[in-house]
Amino acid sequence: MRARPMNASRREFLKTSAMAGGGLIVAFTLPGASRLAQGAGKEARMSAYLRIAPNSEITVVCGLSEMGQGVHTAIPMLVAEELDADWSRVRVEQAGVDQAFANPIFGMQATGGSTSVRGHWEPMRKAGATARAMLVAAAAETWKADAAECRTERGMVIHKSGKKLSYGQLAEKAAKLTPPKDVKLKDPKQFNLLGKSGTKRLDTVAKSTGRAKFGLDVYLPGMLTAVIAYPPVPGGKAASVNDAKAKAVPGVRQVVQIPSGVAVLADGYWAAKLGRDALEIQWDHGANASLSSEGISKMLSAGAAAGGAVGRNEGDAKAATPAKTIQAEYEAPYLSHSCMEPLNCTAWVKKDGVEIWAGTQSQGPAQGILSQVAGVQPGQVKVNTMYLGGGFGRRFAPDPVIGATVLSKITGKPVKLVYSREDDTRGYFYRPASVTKMTGGLDANGVATLFTANVASPSIMEGSHFMKLPPDGVDEFGVEGIRDCPYDIPNLHIEYSRQEPGNLQVWFWRSVGHSQNSFFLESFIDEMAHAAGKDPFEFRRSLLGKQPRYKGALELAAEKADWGKPLPAGVHRGIAVVFSFGSWCAEVAEVSVVSDGTPRVHRVVAAVDCGMTVNPDIVKRQIESAIVFGLTAALYGKITFKDGRVEQSNFHDYRMLRMNEMPKVEVHIVPSTEAPGGIGEPGTPPIAPAVANAMFAATGKRIRKLPLLG
Amino acid sequence: MISLVVNGKTREVGAAPGTPLLWVLRDSLRMTGTKFGCGIAQCGACTVHLDGVPVRSCVTPLSAAAGKKVTTIEGIGATRAGKAVQAAWMRNDVPQCGYCQSGQIMSASALLAKNRAPSDADIDAAMSGNVCRCGTYNQIRTAIKDAAASAKGA
Repeated sequence: MRARPMNASRREFLKTSAMAGGGLIVAFTLPGASRLAQGAGKEARMSAYLRIAPNSEITVVCGLSEMGQGVHTAIPMLVAEELDADWSRVRVEQAGVDQAFANPIFGMQATGGSTSVRGHWEPMRKAGATARAMLVAAAAETWKADAAECRTERGMVIHKSGKKLSYGQLAEKAAKLTPPKDVKLKDPKQFNLLGKSGTKRLDTVAKSTGRAKFGLDVYLPGMLTAVIAYPPVPGGKAASVNDAKAKAVPGVRQVVQIPSGVAVLADGYWAAKLGRDALEIQWDHGANASLSSEGISKMLSAGAAAGGAVGRNEGDAKAATPAKTIQAEYEAPYLSHSCMEPLNCTAWVKKDGVEIWAGTQSQGPAQGILSQVAGVQPGQVKVNTMYLGGGFGRRFAPDPVIGATVLSKITGKPVKLVYSREDDTRGYFYRPASVTKMTGGLDANGVATLFTANVASPSIMEGSHFMKLPPDGVDEFGVEGIRDCPYDIPNLHIEYSRQEPGNLQVWFWRSVGHSQNSFFLESFIDEMAHAAGKDPFEFRRSLLGKQPRYKGALELAAEKADWGKPLPAGVHRGIAVVFSFGSWCAEVAEVSVVSDGTPRVHRVVAAVDCGMTVNPDIVKRQIESAIVFGLTAALYGKITFKDGRVEQSNFHDYRMLRMNEMPKVEVHIVPSTEAPGGIGEPGTPPIAPAVANAMFAATGKRIRKLPLLG
Repeated sequence: MISLVVNGKTREVGAAPGTPLLWVLRDSLRMTGTKFGCGIAQCGACTVHLDGVPVRSCVTPLSAAAGKKVTTIEGIGATRAGKAVQAAWMRNDVPQCGYCQSGQIMSASALLAKNRAPSDADIDAAMSGNVCRCGTYNQIRTAIKDAAASAKGA
C-alpha cells in the first residue's frame, strides 16, 4: 500500500466512513498482557496512548494491528525510549477504534503500506516524552524543586540530591497536570533502546504457548458459525437453492441467501461445512463463464502492445537511435495472499450498535462501512482487533467483516463467519496479473541510452473503492517499481494501459505493484547488462551515480555476498535492487538449477537501507520474512482461471515454500541517521528477479513469466 | 458421548464420531491453541499428539482419538521435550504472526522426544509438513537445535 499523503478523494472517503465518536477510547486487552495487569491497582492515564500503574507497570495502547511485523513491540519501544521507562515493566494493549489512533500517513486507523514506524516515529516518541515531562514536573512539585534539577532513568525520576520517586509513585499526580505543548525529543545518539539489538518481542510468550487470541479464537454465548457457498464463477449468483438436505444436518440452524452467496449457520464449523456441502444450488454464472487464463494473457498482452496513458517521459524515446536494441515481454499472474489464518470475522449486531471481533488491518474504514451495513452511527461500531494470523494486505479488505455483520443482522445472533482454506484461496482480492513490454537501447560502448515500458494490468486504485484513477489515467500501483526506474538512462518512456479481465476484484498484496514491476525491471536490466557484455552488478552500479542510497544497498549486498568470487560448482548468483516503501533493498541469490530446470535457492544475502531502525532484530526478521513471501510466489505462485473458475484451492495446488526448501538468509543493515523507512514490504520485490537472474547465469535461459517453475 | 483424555484430563464430548478432532478441541472444548489452517493435512497448523505421535487433527476423526491420550499446545509444556522447545522458541523470539507456531512447536516437540540431537535432514523431514507463511523456518531450525542442546545439558 502506498505511503504518501492521501489525495482529496481519499480524505473525503475517510471523512464519511472512518470518523469515530469523539473520546471513545475502548481498549481490548490482549492475552498474555492481562496477566501483568492483575493486581496493578488503579492506573493513571497519561494520554490515550499510555497508562502507568502504581506499581510502575507501563501500558502502551497501540492502535495498529499486529500481524507478525512486530508493531506491538516497535510502538512500545518508541514510547519507552523517550519515557525512559524500565523496558521490563512495559506491556502492550490493543486499542479499539478511535481517531486518536489514526495512522498519520493514511489519516485513518489502519495498518499497511509499511507505514507504522514511519508514521509513528515522532508521535509515539512525543507521547513518551510528554508523559516523562509530566512525571518530572510532578516529582519537582513534590520535592518543591526545579524540574531542571531532575533526571529520569529506568522508570524513576531522580533529583540531583539523590532523592528518587518511581513513575508508579508519581503517575496519579502527573496525570492531573496539563501536558506540555512542546517537548524536546532525544538526539538519536542518546537512544538506549532504539536502533539497538536485543529487545525481545512482547508477543512471543503468548505465541509460543497457544494463548494468543486470533480472530478465529473468538467464542460468544449463543454464537453461530457461518460458512458461505460462493458462486464458483466471479460475478455469478444463485439461481435456485434447495437447502432441505443442508437443514437436515445435525447442528445446522439456518440457511440464508445474501448478496455474496448462500450462508449456512450452525453450531460450530464442522456442522456448517457439512451443511454447505449438502446444499443443492443452481448457479447463474453470469458474464465470466468462459474466463480463462489464456484469454486474460491475450487481453493484457494486447493492452501492452497498444500502450496507454503516459506515466513518465524523459528525453525522446522515439527519436533515440541505439546501436543495439533489445525487446521483451514479461508476465506476472494473479496471486492470493493465503494468510495462515483463514479469513474470518465475528460480528454481533445489537439494538444499540455493532460489535465485531476481527484480525483486521483497517479498523477505521471498517467502522464507517459497518455503520452503513447495520444502519447505525459510526460511533456505535465497536471494533475488537485480535491478533492477525498474517495480513499481507488481504486483511485490509472488508469482505469478511461485511459478511459477518450482514449475517448477524439477519439472524439477530452473534455470528462467526469462517472462510475455509478453499474459500480463502478462491476469494479474489488478488494481486493483479500484469503483462509488460519493454525496450532497451545501448550505444556502441554498451551504455544504456533507452528504456521504455508499456504496462497492462487491472487498476488497484479503482478496485479499492476508496481511490480513483488520477486524471493522467495512470494507476500508481500498476506502475510503481517501473515508472520510478532509478537508472540514469537519458531516453525513458513509461505507459500504463488499464485492462480489467472479468472485472476481477484485485487488491494490495505485500509490496503491491513492486511485487511484479521489480521483477520486470530488474530482470530486463539484467538482460541489458548481458546484451552490453557487462557484469550485472557493475552495469547497475554504473547507472546509479545519482542514487547514493540505491548504490549503497547494492554495494553492501554485493560485498557481503562476495560478488565476483568463485562459488561451488553449479551454483550461480543473481542480483537485484529495489526502492519501495521508503527503503532501499538489494538482494543476491545463490541458485543452482537441476536438469529439469528446477531451481534450488541456497542462500540469499540482503542489504537494506531503511534509515534509523527501532528494533534491528525485527528489521532483519522482516526482510527475511519478505524474502520467503516473495520467493514462494516467484517459484510457485499463480492463480489461474479455466471456464470461469479459479483452478487452485488449497496448499497442495497453491504451494508454499517449506522448511526443506528454505535458503540460508543473511540480512545486513546499512548504517544510517536518516528518518526511518518501511520494513514490512521492501524485502519482497528484489527476490524474484535476483533468483531469475541467477537462473539465467546458471542456464543461459531467461524466464520472463512468473512463476519460475511455470 | 465419546471419552478422550486431553492433556491428562478425561473429557466427554457429544460431537458426532466423524467430527475432526480439531473442531472437537476448538468448538466443543474451547481449546483454541490448536489452529485451523487448511482442513486437508497440508499445513500442520492443527498438529496435536495422539499417544505421543504427531497427527493432523483436521483429518483425525474423533472416533480415532477415543480412549487415547491427546496432547495439545496447552499441555505440551508438561513434557520434557515440549518444555525445552517452548523455552527455545521464547529465547529465539521465533514467532511473527504466530498462527502456525502451535503446530510447529507440536511437530518439533515430537521430533525431540524421539531424537535428542536431530540433524538438519532430520529437521527437514519432521518439519516440512508445517507451513509458516511469515517464513520463520530458519529461526525454527535454530530453536530446535537450541532446545536439543539445552535438553542435553539439563
